[in-house]
Amino acid sequence: MAQLKTRDVLLGPVFANNPIALQILGICSALAITTQLSTTVTMCLAVMFVLTLSNFFVSLIRNIIPSNIRIIVQMTIITTLVIVVDQFLQAFAFQLSRELSVFVGLIITNCIVMGRAEAFAMQNPPLISAIDGLGNALGYSVVLLIVGFSRELFGSGSIFGVQVLPLVSEGGWYQPNGLMLLPPSAFFLIGGFIWILRSVRVEQVEKEPFEIVPNTRTSPAF
Amino acid sequence: MRDKNSAANVLRIATVVCLVCAVIVSTAAVTLRPFQAENRETFRQLNVLKAAGLYMEDMDVERAFQRVERRVVDFDSGEYVDPPGGFDPVRAVRDPAQSNALSGDPAGIGRRTHYGEVFLARSEDGTLESVILPVHAYGLWSTMYAFLALEADLKTVSGISFFEHGETPGLGGEIENPRWQQDWVGKQVRDPDGDVRFRVDRGATPEGVVDAEHRIDGLSGATITSRGVENMVHFWLGEQGYGPYLARLETRMQTGEVL
Repeated sequence: MAQLKTRDVLLGPVFANNPIALQILGICSALAITTQLSTTVTMCLAVMFVLTLSNFFVSLIRNIIPSNIRIIVQMTIITTLVIVVDQFLQAFAFQLSRELSVFVGLIITNCIVMGRAEAFAMQNPPLISAIDGLGNALGYSVVLLIVGFSRELFGSGSIFGVQVLPLVSEGGWYQPNGLMLLPPSAFFLIGGFIWILRSVRVEQVEKEPFEIVPNTRTSPAF
Repeated sequence: MRDKNSAANVLRIATVVCLVCAVIVSTAAVTLRPFQAENRETFRQLNVLKAAGLYMEDMDVERAFQRVERRVVDFDSGEYVDPPGGFDPVRAVRDPAQSNALSGDPAGIGRRTHYGEVFLARSEDGTLESVILPVHAYGLWSTMYAFLALEADLKTVSGISFFEHGETPGLGGEIENPRWQQDWVGKQVRDPDGDVRFRVDRGATPEGVVDAEHRIDGLSGATITSRGVENMVHFWLGEQGYGPYLARLETRMQTGEVL
């Protein structure tokens, strides 16, 4: 494998190889916690912490992990980090941890974390793996922040809880879009983001895996 | 290099990884526990204030809570007690010696502790404004915990705040919805004789019913949760719950005793 450039490893996943937009990984949490920016930012920081360190530690012991239990070892490391994050949130950001509820714990099952451990950290040295983890977390965060920003702005007329669009119910002019507070809106926004990204970077458009041939001949099944 | 896939190595790596991770997790849990306990206590106080309608956004919970007095009540006699060593509700629930099994258990809680907490919220000049009772009952999936605040007449609800439950988000989970909780304010849960009279309707309470003041709207799609809430009020304000205490409190008020 050619020498990996730190810059590419760090910034590549942001737009060129975004884990959400290109690989469509880890979008489950994007639905649940992006109704407010404050929870979104917390989630992004938590994922950054977990992904960077899990890649680092997995890479550190990659040469001694027996291949038949490697997934379990990766999961154990990831789970440990997530529990630590969860404990910290409960101790120092209690309100946020209540709002995030189970979704901090669900970072364990976020496909990006395991995907990077298995695909990158198992083959590369610790430092570059940590950078890869951070890069992918940044890519995840970019999408989440865009979604969170749009949902809070159009769904509640506020940013970080500060009212910017005065609501009709409080004497203003803005009628909030209730759909934005419901999970499907995150799908629409992520879809829109992928559409724009792929219009700019045409190389990301997937080729049709096969072409459907018009049915010209009838034949018995067997 | 030794064969890293040998059985011995698999065992060795698994053991070491588990041990290291276990130490990290336990260290985090133990060192952070005091902070978490403090947060939980503040959260409880906050919900007491919310139920009493004293909570405002971004207020200093601890300072506002100084207006609230915590007392311990013996459920059976309805008298205030002062157990030596204080009363820890969390510990009391776990200790079989401090609770008894319930016969006829409408709230689905199995056991009830001998003692319970009450919170008395006072106005600036010290007159009793509301009595806040911690209540809980089983809903569809989970035990729902709430604080129910009664005004000084001990009949009118001055607020409720559900703060812990595991009901279906969007259906039963709507017990958390402030708009629905607002519907409770001003309802009469006990009739003039002190008997519990309260009903959670199926769907909205019909227009113009005579006993509308004893009824609140049900949550659509959450029949069993709604029933749990109804049972909760009946149990905790009834004979096995705070009924004797509220009756005692009423007589003491009538005799003009300063509370």
